[in-house]
Amino acid sequence: MKREKKAKRIKRLSIVFCTLVYVFLFLPISVIVVNSFNATTTKPYMSWKGFTFDWYIKLWDNTSLLEALGNTMIIAIVSTVLATIIGTLGAIGMYRYKFKGKGLIDGLLYIPVVIPEIVLGISLLTIFAKVNIPRGMLTLILAHVTFCIPFVIFNVRARLAGYDNSIEEASMDLGANRIVTFFEVTLPVLAPGILGGALLAFTLSIDDVIISYFVYGQTKTYPLKVMESVKSGVSPDVNALSTLILVGTILFVVLTQGDLFKKKSS
Amino acid sequence: MGKIVEIEGVNKIYGSNHVVKDLNLSIEEGEFLTLLGSSGCGKTTTLRMIAGFEEPTTGTIMVEGERVEDKEPFERNVNTVFQSYALFPHKTIYDNIAYGLKMKKVPKAEIKERVYEMMEMVQLGGFEKRYPSQLSGGQKQRVAIARALINRPRVLLLDEPLGALDLKLRKQMQLELKRLQKKLNITFIYVTHDQEEALTMSDRIAVMHDGVIDQLATPTEIYEHPKTKFVATFIGETNIYDGCITSITDGVATMTLENGAVSVKCPEDFSLLEYATISVRPEKMRFATEPVEGFELEAQVKDYIYVGSVLKCIVSLPNGNELKIERLAGQELPPIGSKCYPYWNIDDAVLIHNESHYIFEALNNIKLA
Amino acid sequence: MKHEKTKHEFRANTLPALVTVGPVTIIMVLLIAVPLIYVAVMSFCSIDEFYNVTFDFTLENYVRLANVDYLKIYAQSIVIALVTTVICILVGYPFSYIIARTKSKKKKILYMLVIIPFWTNSLIRIYGWRTFLGSSGWLNSLLAGIGIAKEPIEFLYKQGTTILGMVYCLIPFMILPLYTAIEKLDSSLLEASSDLGARPVSTFLEVILPLTSSGIFSGSLMVFIPCLGYFFVSDILGGGNSDVIGNLIERQFQSGNNWPLGAALSIILIVVTLILVKIYQKLGGDMDSLGV
Repeated sequence: MKREKKAKRIKRLSIVFCTLVYVFLFLPISVIVVNSFNATTTKPYMSWKGFTFDWYIKLWDNTSLLEALGNTMIIAIVSTVLATIIGTLGAIGMYRYKFKGKGLIDGLLYIPVVIPEIVLGISLLTIFAKVNIPRGMLTLILAHVTFCIPFVIFNVRARLAGYDNSIEEASMDLGANRIVTFFEVTLPVLAPGILGGALLAFTLSIDDVIISYFVYGQTKTYPLKVMESVKSGVSPDVNALSTLILVGTILFVVLTQGDLFKKKSS
Repeated sequence: MGKIVEIEGVNKIYGSNHVVKDLNLSIEEGEFLTLLGSSGCGKTTTLRMIAGFEEPTTGTIMVEGERVEDKEPFERNVNTVFQSYALFPHKTIYDNIAYGLKMKKVPKAEIKERVYEMMEMVQLGGFEKRYPSQLSGGQKQRVAIARALINRPRVLLLDEPLGALDLKLRKQMQLELKRLQKKLNITFIYVTHDQEEALTMSDRIAVMHDGVIDQLATPTEIYEHPKTKFVATFIGETNIYDGCITSITDGVATMTLENGAVSVKCPEDFSLLEYATISVRPEKMRFATEPVEGFELEAQVKDYIYVGSVLKCIVSLPNGNELKIERLAGQELPPIGSKCYPYWNIDDAVLIHNESHYIFEALNNIKLA
Repeated sequence: MKHEKTKHEFRANTLPALVTVGPVTIIMVLLIAVPLIYVAVMSFCSIDEFYNVTFDFTLENYVRLANVDYLKIYAQSIVIALVTTVICILVGYPFSYIIARTKSKKKKILYMLVIIPFWTNSLIRIYGWRTFLGSSGWLNSLLAGIGIAKEPIEFLYKQGTTILGMVYCLIPFMILPLYTAIEKLDSSLLEASSDLGARPVSTFLEVILPLTSSGIFSGSLMVFIPCLGYFFVSDILGGGNSDVIGNLIERQFQSGNNWPLGAALSIILIVVTLILVKIYQKLGGDMDSLGV
């Protein structure tokens, strides 16, 4: 009886504690969502002036914001695709072949993961300035590809750790050449790691502020657009757009990972 | 029947590691040849060179009379059954078995027919839609064999294919493999470290040791007439005596040992004062309670161990070396601790050249010079 | 013979190695190694009266780094990072433990709920805090509404607010590795420990903590280091009263226009990072567990 009471108390305490953490995590998001329905029209758009859907309509007139969102999507998609291809090939090559300077590349890969983003940002800024690459879409994509590659590589490498080399030998033994073997065997077996890496790269790319902040030139991304408006007060149409994006991503996850939310999950 | 695989003067060197040393081996069509040896002896490397996963450092490999060292694995008409099975985890059993035919662009209808036929042959009917992770070890093994055999290779390479199975299943699969090999009349090159497996299945065995084939012969020959000390000790149990040939009369040599002297039948290529080794299987050993003519060997009975129909006697020599002697159970035995006199029928012992002889010889030559 | 051999070697090894590792090597060298070396070189350069970088060797930038005002900010930055890391451990550890060891079928959903907030842009979420905490913000309205505070309380522009923002931005980097480490823990070890007479506290200290310390180490590294550079958090919530080293660098490269000085400041961050990574490796940390 005593033990049961104690266990119950611990359980209740755990639930309260976790709930508080979740409240902490979701508080600013609920602020954003609620504020997107705020009827206020005076900066800094903080005090509550009643409920409205206006911002969801006005949003579509804010062309510079929509353009920034478009830029973000283009950069995220292009750099995810590039980083995924380069990273996957790199991970496989580094796993399989021995060559001089492997340790060096390995070391370089850890830099974007551990070093503060601002250092990466300014170092790219200085080198782009030095070789006169005009800052814009190209520099943004180069920067994003650079910091995404290591994350793809680490994900694929984790998958490679349990990888049995002999399945490739088996494929070649059965008459498939190297390229066919790569597409028939290597790629499908590594697919979960590659997808995980790509998803991480995409997430990092759309959320990046700091590195983009130093290399954007005239091409503003959505986070940079937000940064610009922070000083004067983020207008509720930005909140409205953020709310839409959030709802979109949650729907995407529920649809693709639907089994997560089913009652009988294995 | 012609030679289907011919290996000539093949060496394989990884950095400073000489794994296969000047290997020569020809394999007859339709034979079951086993490469037997402990790990690191070069047997798997040899197999991988035939398959094309490794390239010989020097030497030539011919398959069906054609040189293949420069051919990629996918260009060779040999198939491999891997130790780890190497089944494609993302493909169904059907797709795994169909893989080789798909690569050869065989028409779909024919693939289907041949896959089902093959699945029946290895008793996997009904498993086509499953994935490798849903099968037991023995079933995976069958898929691996089916996947290789469906391509109708002239030579099938098997790299310790039964290593991961439990004893009972292994025995069963040994017989099944042998049956398949005879039925399909395909040359099998089989790598194993299990001497019992090699003796049961093979037409010929190549015992490998340190990158070199010590002996290539039929199982009986290998067991009864080992050519080196390594072969004698690696295959089956045996008793080993090192000594010096001190007299040869009428084809019978007397060899002086640390603990006495024994007699052994002496082939012509052994000479007086040669350091040599005698190997006697436990079932060929005898012991008496009185000294036996031709043998000056005294020992003490240490222990008796019952192993079903036979009785293992452990006797120890004055220098502490132990001998194993098998006797049929039920015979009268001297008590433990008592003296006994080991001997054998001189036809039952095998005389083997001893590597150390050549060292002594070389040392003597140096001294003389 | 010799020629054919190299051809095979080329097809089997050299070509595939080049195709696979070539692109990543080019990018890592040109966009990581070269820029960082260039920053290091620049930190020894001077600027002319038009703020152009001139390649005269000087140690002046490093001398300026020892300025008292700067030293204060380094100290402040390290304090903020340290406090943030400690809070992340104290909150993140029990939280991860409860989530990872819950028997509930909703475990995966609980895990996803940690990640979902991070699909909204971090700047917007930090701004959400500002909206909540500001003098005319929601918390003050609430407090005034229920009559606790007559005058609006200023929550913003304090070190505490910056730390709150840092914890908010970085706590998932603590929770996720901890979750992984705790989930791997074999519960029969805990049963064995209590079977051998250990009380829960001893079990925690003797078994659970050592087996999950890898998660704490990698989490701490991934929280502490970014803290030194997240200039936008202190910009939005700290309002110039709680600058971190990142703010100093950002100013030199954007408004201050003294790139060599900014480069020298970045070198400090690089050195701190290297030292922490070395300590992490000494503690047995695995570099690969940082990125996934």
